[in-house]
Amino acid sequence: MELLEALSTKFNYWIYIIIMMIGLYAMISKNNLVKKLIGMSIFQTAIILFYVSIGVKEGATIPILYHDQVHPSHGDSHHEADTGHGQDHHPSHEEIVANLHIEPDDFGNPLPHVLMLTAIVVGVATLGVGLALTQKVYRDFGSIEESEILESIKSAK
Amino acid sequence: MKSFALIAVILTGWLLLSAVSDFPNWGDTESPANDYRLSQHYITKTFPESSVPNMVTAVLADYRGYDTMFETVVIFVAGIAIMSILRRKPLDHLKDKGKETRTYKKDPDLIIDTTCRLMIPIIQLFALYVVAHGHHSPGGGFQGGVIFGASFILLALSRDLQAAQRWVPEKRVLNLAGIGILIYSGFGFACMLLGSNFLDYEILHKIMPATPVEARSHSMLGVEIGVAFTCTAIMFSIYSNLASNGDMKETL
Amino acid sequence: MIDQSPAIILLAPFLLAILLALLGIKREWLCFPLVIAGLAISVAASVVTLMRVIDEGTIQYFFGGWEPPFGINLRVDGLNALVALAVSTVSLLTAIYSKRAVPAETSDKVSQFYTLYLLSVTGLLGIVLTGDAFNLYVLIEISALTSYALIGMGSRRATLAAYKYLIMGTIGASFYLLGVGYLYIKTGSLNMYDIQEQIVANNLHGSPSIFVAFVVIMVGVWIKMAFFPLHSWLPNSYTYGPSTTSALLGPLVTKVMIYVMIRMILTVFSPEFAFDQLDWSNIIVWMSVIAILAASISALAQASLQKILAFLIIAEVGYMVGGVWLADEMGMIGSIYHIIADAFMTLCVFLFAGIIFTKTGRRDISAMGGLFTKMPLTMVGFLVGAFSLIGIPPTAGFFSKWYLIQGGISSGHYEYVAALLISSLINAVIFFRIIEIAYFGTKPAEGHGHHHNEEHKDGPKEASFSMLFPLLITAALLLGIGLYNQEIVAIITNFVSQFKIGAIIL
Repeated sequence: MELLEALSTKFNYWIYIIIMMIGLYAMISKNNLVKKLIGMSIFQTAIILFYVSIGVKEGATIPILYHDQVHPSHGDSHHEADTGHGQDHHPSHEEIVANLHIEPDDFGNPLPHVLMLTAIVVGVATLGVGLALTQKVYRDFGSIEESEILESIKSAK
Repeated sequence: MKSFALIAVILTGWLLLSAVSDFPNWGDTESPANDYRLSQHYITKTFPESSVPNMVTAVLADYRGYDTMFETVVIFVAGIAIMSILRRKPLDHLKDKGKETRTYKKDPDLIIDTTCRLMIPIIQLFALYVVAHGHHSPGGGFQGGVIFGASFILLALSRDLQAAQRWVPEKRVLNLAGIGILIYSGFGFACMLLGSNFLDYEILHKIMPATPVEARSHSMLGVEIGVAFTCTAIMFSIYSNLASNGDMKETL
Repeated sequence: MIDQSPAIILLAPFLLAILLALLGIKREWLCFPLVIAGLAISVAASVVTLMRVIDEGTIQYFFGGWEPPFGINLRVDGLNALVALAVSTVSLLTAIYSKRAVPAETSDKVSQFYTLYLLSVTGLLGIVLTGDAFNLYVLIEISALTSYALIGMGSRRATLAAYKYLIMGTIGASFYLLGVGYLYIKTGSLNMYDIQEQIVANNLHGSPSIFVAFVVIMVGVWIKMAFFPLHSWLPNSYTYGPSTTSALLGPLVTKVMIYVMIRMILTVFSPEFAFDQLDWSNIIVWMSVIAILAASISALAQASLQKILAFLIIAEVGYMVGGVWLADEMGMIGSIYHIIADAFMTLCVFLFAGIIFTKTGRRDISAMGGLFTKMPLTMVGFLVGAFSLIGIPPTAGFFSKWYLIQGGISSGHYEYVAALLISSLINAVIFFRIIEIAYFGTKPAEGHGHHHNEEHKDGPKEASFSMLFPLLITAALLLGIGLYNQEIVAIITNFVSQFKIGAIIL
């Protein structure tokens, strides 16, 4: 069935968009100021997960080169060591690069990770400022339910 | 209002989902995002161009270093914003409630105190490890900075805010945060002064004992240290402002 | 040094913001000179960049020395350079105004206010100059976070207004981020110019994800620019915040978002896609007509001067969105010219509102009774701004309406022309009412208690120099932009003519 196939190969997008919409609904419709912020956090987290899922490659590992690729060890250098310092067994950068062979499909896509590091930080910062504003609202109006606050503004006029 | 919100959300969700059929499958190695020369370059050329195995750190601190600088500024802005919104002298707070002055010190619980005294230095050591090893394993300035800041928050939670503030008083926090960003932009301005573009680390090999490629690697570490300073300071500042409701006297 | 000029435009306020944060807490006297220094360098660098763009065409600046799309670049063409110059000049003038206003309204947080001020300007300049779509998101968030805090430092009601702005602004920015994500999935690139190349190369114009990306980005940017009906965050935020905040954010934030919309339409999704393929011109022009009329009529109903001005900003946004979506070359030119003209018009009237608030302590219109005799220079400045908003020659407002009307006629959208004329009429009614109160009304008592005895009997004195100077300079600039409109329009036409707008339709 086409729908089932579409769902199973792209289920990550489906899930994240549904979570986004849950967060968006909370942001718009809830009355309590803190619940709106929780909705905002859900919404932004779902966007972050959405981006990260773009960069996944089947059968690939994390986007960090393997240790032996960048520090190629010469197997018999350990036996040479007790005869004194014979050869220099730290190959230079150019030598490593010349022997380096990286298969792009072995490693995950680093770009979405980078972008989402930024997005996480932005989300945390916005949440912090939102909570600070909520605390100040509570300090000034004595309530964090939007309807109560609007009523107290109307009655104060 | 709630039904209107529900309709709007369902419409938005339907609009977003309508494009999903067009997307590449999950995990597809031939998708445009994975196949395009951009990420291919990042994967294959990072080590030759900057001798850093961790591609994520290289992209974060070198290729898109301008973005990361502004990300640090975002954290800084959050700290200053929360401070400017919430901070007030404790006297007003007491006047509002009509309370008498309280003593703010309380005896720390024995088990919590001992455990935290053992854990906090190890946490801080781990944080420094994460910052230093950002080039070779997952890590970097943000991660290490947050862990370090968390160690101060743990101190404030296990005892009280005063104990943590003996280590990071408010003035020092602001200074640390500012110095962190100045370190980051200092690297950039040094590059400008030496004649190259902002954040073009290669030119720094003239003042560093390194080849141009290694200069990139060292500058990335320097830049990440700046980020770690700012992150540490602002994490603690956000906690202390939010938890004490601006007074800096007592917390949770 | 000259080829570093695009970067210096935003690095100068950025560096001075950090220095201010470190040094300014104990030494408050340092704050003002550092702010002026940073913004003056920024203005100088934007003038140099504009000269370079006029000579050389589009200039690029690579951060980190990496070519796009591997690195982030600044891409400055005629549109960018003009808007960047407008942004830095407006911020400099507002900073001069703030010398008295900030210590008066936020007395214990002066250094934090100025740090956030400079970082907000950095964010706005960064949005204008960048060539990378994701970098744009980060800078949108910087300018947004600083705005929330700058507004939140105001009076009691300001905090709730800032909260509402936070919720709506985050929805807008997150929609933008989602749109960039959809673009990234299909093209694999983040650089604006490169995305367009990829869309053309892979023939993606018909694909649903590009369509959804466009819709989502447009809606996100509309929320952030307060396009009716997504405007509800704006009136309260700009009324209850400190007067310096309104003078900085009012002229700039919405206009920069309109710049983002134009940039997205022209550079990322080409005009052929936006105007021909989608064929939404009719709907969106009608939406902007409703926006203009609704906002102007709401402005009539307000009693507080700053609320009136806030609704006028919403109406101006309607002008510009309609002008862009006329899908006509004249309309596009008119909108871009209007961005610059409107920045200064709005600055002029917000500065005036701030001066009135500082001098009389009241926000309502009746506070301006009899001010013509007491504060003649201030009133002259206000008159120029008011005439510009109504659209009387030779102020800049007349010429921008002229170009927009030309665009409306040549594209056949007569409802847009009608809306422009009706709203000019409504603006005339509003402002002549204010001028009448100022000329004939009774004098109010001195409210804010800066000066005591003699003031109380005669009403407020003329505004202090630091507040008056930027107002008069803005008025002079409005006249200058109006008289020199040919030169400015030549630069804009040079930029717009490379996109074939309107040549394809009819």
